Amino acid sequence: MAAERENTMSNTDNLSGAQLLLGVAGALASGRIRVIDLTQTLTPEFPQIALPPEMGQCWPFRIEEVSKYDERGPGWYWNNFSCGEHTGTHFDAPIHWISGRDLPNNAVDTIPVQHFVAPACVIDCSPQVKDDPDYLLTLQDIEAWEAKHGRIPKGAWVLMRTDWSKREDPEAYQNFDETGQHTPGPSTEAVRFLVEQRDVLGFGSEAIGTDAGQGYHLRPPYPCHYYMHGAGRYGLQCLCNLDLLPPAGAVLVCPPLKIEKGSGSPLRVLALVGDL
Amino acid sequence: MTMPLMKPKRKNPVLRTQQMNLPPWARGRVALGITAAAAHGRFELQECQECSAVQYPPRSACWRCLSCKLRWREQSGEGELLSATTLHHSNDLFFRERLPWRLGLVKLDAGPTLMVHLHGEVGEAPQRVKVGARLDRAGQAVLIGFPNEGSAHMADDKMLREMTSDPKFRKVLVTDGKTPAGQAIVRALVKAGADIVWVGHAEPWKKLGGLEDISALPQVTLVPLDLTDGRAVSRVAGSIGGKVDIVINNAEVHRSFGIGNRRGTDVAKAEMDINYFGLLRLAQEFGPALKGRSADGATHATAWVNLLSIYALSNFPPHGTFSASKAAAYSLAQCLRAEMRPAGIRVINVFPGPIDDEWNQHMPPPKLTPESLASAIVKALRDGVEDVYPGDVAQEWLERWRDNPKVLERELAVNGG
Amino acid sequence: MARRGYEDVAVAVPVTVPYVRYSTEGAHWFLGRALHALVEHSGIDKDAIDGLCLSSFSLAPDTAVGVTQHMGLSPRWLDHVPTGGASGVMCLRRAARAVQCGDAEVVACVAADTNHVDSFRQTLGAFSHFARDATYPYGSGGPNSIFAMITAHYMRTFGARREDFGRIAVAQRANALRNPNAMFKKPLTLDEYMAARPISEPLHLFDCVMPCAGAEAFLVMSRRRAQDLGLAHVLIRGTIERHNAFAEDPIMVRGGWRKDRDALYAQAGVQPQAIDFIQTYDDYPVIVMMHFEDLGFCEKGEGPAFVQANTLTHDGSFPNNTSGGQLSAGQAGAAGGFMGMTESIRQLTGQAGERSVPGAALGLVAGFGMVTYDRCLCTGAVILGKSE
Repeated sequence: MAAERENTMSNTDNLSGAQLLLGVAGALASGRIRVIDLTQTLTPEFPQIALPPEMGQCWPFRIEEVSKYDERGPGWYWNNFSCGEHTGTHFDAPIHWISGRDLPNNAVDTIPVQHFVAPACVIDCSPQVKDDPDYLLTLQDIEAWEAKHGRIPKGAWVLMRTDWSKREDPEAYQNFDETGQHTPGPSTEAVRFLVEQRDVLGFGSEAIGTDAGQGYHLRPPYPCHYYMHGAGRYGLQCLCNLDLLPPAGAVLVCPPLKIEKGSGSPLRVLALVGDL
Repeated sequence: MTMPLMKPKRKNPVLRTQQMNLPPWARGRVALGITAAAAHGRFELQECQECSAVQYPPRSACWRCLSCKLRWREQSGEGELLSATTLHHSNDLFFRERLPWRLGLVKLDAGPTLMVHLHGEVGEAPQRVKVGARLDRAGQAVLIGFPNEGSAHMADDKMLREMTSDPKFRKVLVTDGKTPAGQAIVRALVKAGADIVWVGHAEPWKKLGGLEDISALPQVTLVPLDLTDGRAVSRVAGSIGGKVDIVINNAEVHRSFGIGNRRGTDVAKAEMDINYFGLLRLAQEFGPALKGRSADGATHATAWVNLLSIYALSNFPPHGTFSASKAAAYSLAQCLRAEMRPAGIRVINVFPGPIDDEWNQHMPPPKLTPESLASAIVKALRDGVEDVYPGDVAQEWLERWRDNPKVLERELAVNGG
Repeated sequence: MARRGYEDVAVAVPVTVPYVRYSTEGAHWFLGRALHALVEHSGIDKDAIDGLCLSSFSLAPDTAVGVTQHMGLSPRWLDHVPTGGASGVMCLRRAARAVQCGDAEVVACVAADTNHVDSFRQTLGAFSHFARDATYPYGSGGPNSIFAMITAHYMRTFGARREDFGRIAVAQRANALRNPNAMFKKPLTLDEYMAARPISEPLHLFDCVMPCAGAEAFLVMSRRRAQDLGLAHVLIRGTIERHNAFAEDPIMVRGGWRKDRDALYAQAGVQPQAIDFIQTYDDYPVIVMMHFEDLGFCEKGEGPAFVQANTLTHDGSFPNNTSGGQLSAGQAGAAGGFMGMTESIRQLTGQAGERSVPGAALGLVAGFGMVTYDRCLCTGAVILGKSE
């Protein structure tokens, strides 16, 4: 399987970049490459990350009409909205975490833009999460995936499919009890492997955070944030429709807003998926 | 004997809803002194500081010695009913719609003769009575002759009941049922005979405990209500606004920061977004429906209660941004009171001192229990007052503020209390 | 210091501008009609009227001064006495002294008010500070409830019955039937009075006046001038006036006349028995009864017995309100305070037609008015006599 892939890639080596790009455009137009939306709709009902009340909080998404073809503006409809950098489907930049604070090009406005188009590997943990909302992606899960789909390439996104996005009730999506939040995420071991052994671009989750809900109690706390951002990698949260992606071969387009020294932003995450 | 109010029948939906005609609301400046005292639940008249003569009607010079040193003093109201009449005709729309109506002339033991509305349990003249002051539907004080010994259902007297906002048989919205104070208010309303209590709650994934217990009460219906989300408020108003008789806005964000001990404005913004803008959103969405039903039968829409804070009067610097948000809410609540007045809806502002909750952990006692706060709110609704200062701290700070607000400001800045 | 008499003053030319229930005209129209009639009936030139005394509740935003320009008058003496039921007596007293002092030669006294459909309610709302603050909020829609309570108290204290008040109203109605200007044209029986709908217990429909639009007026001049002009006229034998009397009474049981009646009769040189007729200010029958007591015709509390013992019609033993009074002729605002005066001038100059009091030589006109809170504040009285 790995050999097959190498063959395909060598066939295109003699085409220019411009010709390759035209090919992609044509394939998009004809539907041979489809665009899948991995983004949750921004609405006031969508939950946002909730920290202990002593801490500063992320703003929820709020929207207010300015006018709607009425006395406030007769010919037009528009709104003002507010939210945090980490509201809804959003991108985390390395500067978001203390471990990445001093790295070069670590904010959303300085990240090299070519990183915003990258391949994605989708690891399906949905059966395990069904029984255990606190499920942690393990090294074994990664190895099992690689055995079927090949080595995770350098510079690729690793997305943890959990079908968590199908929980439409905000209470179920947040899944709090008296001991905190219970949502799935990666184990420390898995994160370190992806960073140190596979040099991935970043980690993506369907849940409210890239780390598990109980991630505070892992060592170190929030290992995905700690190691990924500490190595200058990125995060994606509140993704959906991961069940529509192939385990390998999708290409993500996910540029965050160009906020000066921004730690992240809500964004549109699109996946390009080609037919086989 | 006053007939106890029975639960009214359901409304006939094809009939036009009765609208509100206010009773005469013009009062001179001096006469508003009676209104100001009645708003706090007191009956006051002017007493001459030089010769002690009690004045009525209110005036600018003592009728006995011409002194201008007239001071408002609380009255016992004890007196003799000299004569009574039952009005069967009036050119005034309010009274015309409520005939027959009983009036009396009472000679107060303190001196003056007063024209009063008579409670139904007051017998024929001559008769000992007790005069009190209440705010009428126009929000202005009127004097009422009460029997010296009233029956258990005195409050259900038709004339008196319309001047108050008794929760009995009414439908109430409590905007935040997730706090201990909110839950105590819900319980107190149910105990007071409310028909339905809609209980608002936001961020359903954050479980603070206690909501399940009150949602088990048969009168209680939970409604998702986030006062920071205008569309959500609009949705709830569209759904239940037309049935709400009393709004109790107890939703608040309370943090304990001043200016220097917390960088950034996000906490202050969160306080303002609920404490001030939340009130604005709620009032814009629920106000019109309340006003439209202010004369809708025996359980007409009647009152709007705002949980403010005694810190609204004078900033408490350790909770400086919270105080400012409550001061903003207080000012807006006065605007709301003016806008609700033409419909005869009473706006009640509650100014507690520190409540015994998690954000007041460092405040020394006395602190107000959620139950006492709830009980003070129900009492204010029943008594028909406008401004409530429950608890010892609130009472004391009010006194100090009235005595000299500048001195209080300085005391709070220097002593922190 | 002894009070000066009025021997050299004459009162003449009684004018009534017919009453209407509602009018789209303003007070100035009725004032103008009254002045026009004064000029026409007296033969005196308009320009010869050099004194003007007005009483009106519906002049605003105009004043008496504005009226001078409106009517093209240039008086050298001017007064505005908007004291309702007491204004006739009060205007007369002031005009008489002006004439006596030579400050004016011919004073026109005019009371006029219009009545729009909404007038009554507008007037009440802005009548006085005390009414606004302490009675209007109590829904009385006027003095009805105050006088109902005064009536109830009087009934309880002195044993008066509704029938006693009814006797007054019925007699006045009989008088009104002989007054072409009266608003009420049908007789009233005691049964009808008793069965009428309640207004404010114990007052029922026929205890209350009917507000309307209209005017009343007369001229005051020197006796010499009246004689020179050949005008029928009457003389002023005595007057009294008092405001805010008996303020210490918790509720009204007596009128201020009680305080000053001795001075009235002393000035006139007569006792009450000499009075041939009385024009009382009948805003409510209980007040009529108090006139009888407090002006000395019977003792306090004897009002009911007095009323039962007498016939109050124009030809009865004690003629009261021979024109029908306000209860049967109508209350044209402040003109209600003048109607007793013009009727008395007619009675004493042979102009009272079918309702003449036979052999009348002395008449008493009472003034009473201005409920600013819980009682009327003004009382007054004038004894008029024939000019021979």
